[in-house]
Amino acid sequence: MAADQHSPHLAHHFDSMEQQQESSSLGMWLFLAQEVMFFGGLFVAYAVYRFKYPEAFAVASSHLSLGWGAFNTVVLICSSLTMALAVRAGQLGDKRGIIRYLLATIFLASVFLGVKGVEYTEKYNDGLMPGPAFEYTPDFDRYTVPVTAETAPPNFVGNVQLFFSFYFVMTGLHALHMVIGIGLMIWLIVKALRDRFSKEYFTPIEMTGLYWHFVDIVWIFLFPLVYLVWRH
Amino acid sequence: MSSSTHISSLKSYLNVFWTLMALTLLTVVVAFFDLGPFNIIVAVSIASVKAYVVILYFMHVKYSNHIIWLTVAAGFIWFVLMLGLTIADYATREWIPYPEAW
Amino acid sequence: MNDTSPPKRTHYLNAQHTVGSWLFTLDHKRIGLLYLATILLFFLLGGIAAMLFRVELMTPDPTYMESETYNRLFTMHGITMIFFFLIPSIPAVLGNFLLPLMLGTKDLAFPRLNLASWYVFTFGGLLGLGSIIFGGVDTGWTFYTPYSSTYANSNVILAALGIFIAGFGSIMTGINFIVTIHKMRAPGLTWFRLPLFIWAHYATSIIIVLGTPVIAITILLVAIERLFQIGIFDPALGGDPVLFQHLFWFYSHPAVYIMILPGMGVISEIIACFSRKRIFGYKVVALSSLAIAILGFFVWGHHMFVSSQSMYAGMIFSILSFLVAIPSAIKVFNWTATLYGGAIKLDTPMLYALGFIGLFTVGGLTGLFLASMAINVHVHDTYFVVAHFHYVMVGGMVMAFFGGLHFWWPKMTGRHFSELFGRIGAVTIFIGFNLTFFPQFIVGYLGMPRRYHVYPEEFQFLQVMSTGGSAVLALGYLVMAGYLLHSLVLGKKASSNPWRAVGLEWTTPSPPPTENFTTEPYVDYEAYDYTREEVYRDDADEVKGA
Repeated sequence: MAADQHSPHLAHHFDSMEQQQESSSLGMWLFLAQEVMFFGGLFVAYAVYRFKYPEAFAVASSHLSLGWGAFNTVVLICSSLTMALAVRAGQLGDKRGIIRYLLATIFLASVFLGVKGVEYTEKYNDGLMPGPAFEYTPDFDRYTVPVTAETAPPNFVGNVQLFFSFYFVMTGLHALHMVIGIGLMIWLIVKALRDRFSKEYFTPIEMTGLYWHFVDIVWIFLFPLVYLVWRH
Repeated sequence: MSSSTHISSLKSYLNVFWTLMALTLLTVVVAFFDLGPFNIIVAVSIASVKAYVVILYFMHVKYSNHIIWLTVAAGFIWFVLMLGLTIADYATREWIPYPEAW
Repeated sequence: MNDTSPPKRTHYLNAQHTVGSWLFTLDHKRIGLLYLATILLFFLLGGIAAMLFRVELMTPDPTYMESETYNRLFTMHGITMIFFFLIPSIPAVLGNFLLPLMLGTKDLAFPRLNLASWYVFTFGGLLGLGSIIFGGVDTGWTFYTPYSSTYANSNVILAALGIFIAGFGSIMTGINFIVTIHKMRAPGLTWFRLPLFIWAHYATSIIIVLGTPVIAITILLVAIERLFQIGIFDPALGGDPVLFQHLFWFYSHPAVYIMILPGMGVISEIIACFSRKRIFGYKVVALSSLAIAILGFFVWGHHMFVSSQSMYAGMIFSILSFLVAIPSAIKVFNWTATLYGGAIKLDTPMLYALGFIGLFTVGGLTGLFLASMAINVHVHDTYFVVAHFHYVMVGGMVMAFFGGLHFWWPKMTGRHFSELFGRIGAVTIFIGFNLTFFPQFIVGYLGMPRRYHVYPEEFQFLQVMSTGGSAVLALGYLVMAGYLLHSLVLGKKASSNPWRAVGLEWTTPSPPPTENFTTEPYVDYEAYDYTREEVYRDDADEVKGA
């Protein structure tokens, strides 16, 4: 069992590279399960309020830019593809491929964050940043959502602000995860440049890949839940 | 069996990619039709299918051992549990009206 | 000192001596000891806070503190005891130390993650400590909104961040444990040969990994709400304070099982060893740990019966809460069945274990009172609840923690503590505990709400009794601290298996070498096989034989 296992990447407390790789993989998946519950708490809170205040959430959602949201979804799916290809390059021991695809992923991630920055600025300028500076006057005539000044719940503006609180917290936490992901990818590129990866050992790339796909999945749910509340 | 031993072909990744793109388009288009309460159900269903595809192919769970499957399932089930029991409270609060003051 | 002791050998404690070799150690045993020192500090702090307000509670009127101070003291007691002592107590100290030893492996799967978890936990603890030093928190450990998010005029943000960060420390430990148990068992060590301590930690880790992130995000939302003055749980903006309670208890109820399951694991080990018997119904006890972990997530609403939660949800939560009693009762019955006909020896760890069984049973049964909606309305937020959860947490988990600490003390330190003082300490703690908390059941049943320091005069007798008991309890802990510290320097050297217990951790010398085992362990016997003498050999036998 131990004869061929003198790989420099094998930590002393493992018996084989396979055991080490499987441990990392399980550990990463458990971390992702943890992440599911972390974002899950937010999604539950969002779901409860959306259930309680459907009109206010629909109205608030219509102030988001569907175009930017859809564009960012496409960008993020592209980045998931390039990440998957980077892992594949790792499996094949293709150093140039690893670096190329990781750079592409970083580029796409930066585009996503740039767009997010544009969206945040727009919301800020419109006075939709929740908090003491929040300013919103309902214009019931222009809503496509069937709600009027008479039928609106007593705290309509407050509920609109609630939507934006969730919008910023959820997308903000998601963006923070992306920033961490970019950091991880830069670290991977440095390691790749120093020839630390081989066909036998590319676990860090694989783990970062899992992380990145998870970040993508969070957005896959955020996009319809936040942007597509009421578009008809 | 280790998930890292399976190398998917370039073509299969591209197939996954185009599936995700098509589903994104679908979810945007469907949002413009008034389906009543089904809008949210359809939107979440499409998102779930997309997530499932990403987990299965991009994240290689299709080729992973049962403990990884179990971990994924646990994350999903626990989230549904939290959502379900919390909503169970909010959905049934008005079933019994609050008593009038004397 | 001891002539029969083997010549000086290298083990994990004397392998290296520098401060750096402790602060940067990747050895799970040393990290366990780092945790031990850290959490005992928090235990001391929480205990001091408790003593301070217990003294105040001797008189019905305010005597030497204002209600503000009182609020901050009981909050400090709750936060330090729950988040910084009880939750990491057995998993991070005994679990960390013993898991690889019991599994017959060199270390946990991720040693660096393990060390990082201690730093993360300690940093969170320091923030929590900071919130106390800068004036304290007055919300109670539950941080109920909107008081905590809008009105409280204290260091909520700092304490919240401390708990948030410390939570990630326990998540790291949980992930490490699950992976280690899955992937690093010694040859021959199948799932149903694992010690029940391991099963309990596996179940605990599941709760930690799936539950802790929810409290993290919840408490983060409270901090964000305060910081940016947005209204996530603020009714003025249409937010719902009860939603906070849902999210909070989704974690904090299972956290009760994080606090009791490892204790149950310890008790299983001790009971088996000191009855010289295999645990009755081993498989059922093992699976009941998993059942508790899973069912524990279905019951959180029983904390919210009077919070305007829907009555129908209340009924469901009430029924589900009764279900958790089943696996818990299975454990208690099977321990007593193990005792039946066993060759029982009443050494110090066994005294703690027997104390655990009795006190946990009282705590568990009063939990059933609280799970039934009608009685809950009557005793909600009274001293009855306080007594109930102290019977589970102090009578249960703290007893188990100290029982386990005594049981494995020779293994961890290589020294014996004084058995006489050990027994005196255990009995003192048992008496002091009951004197402190049993009166609280009565006071609570008579209607005294928790968290008040001013109360009607007729409760004074019972309150004074409770304070007196807490002094006895504190004395018991001091006695323990005395003889344990004494044993570190002057204790008799321990052999590899002084209790003649079954388990891989007893097959290696005390204290173990840095890489745990000199020969790779192989397991060809069932757990707790007290019928075969060769399974629980002691290295002192060989010395005598030679």
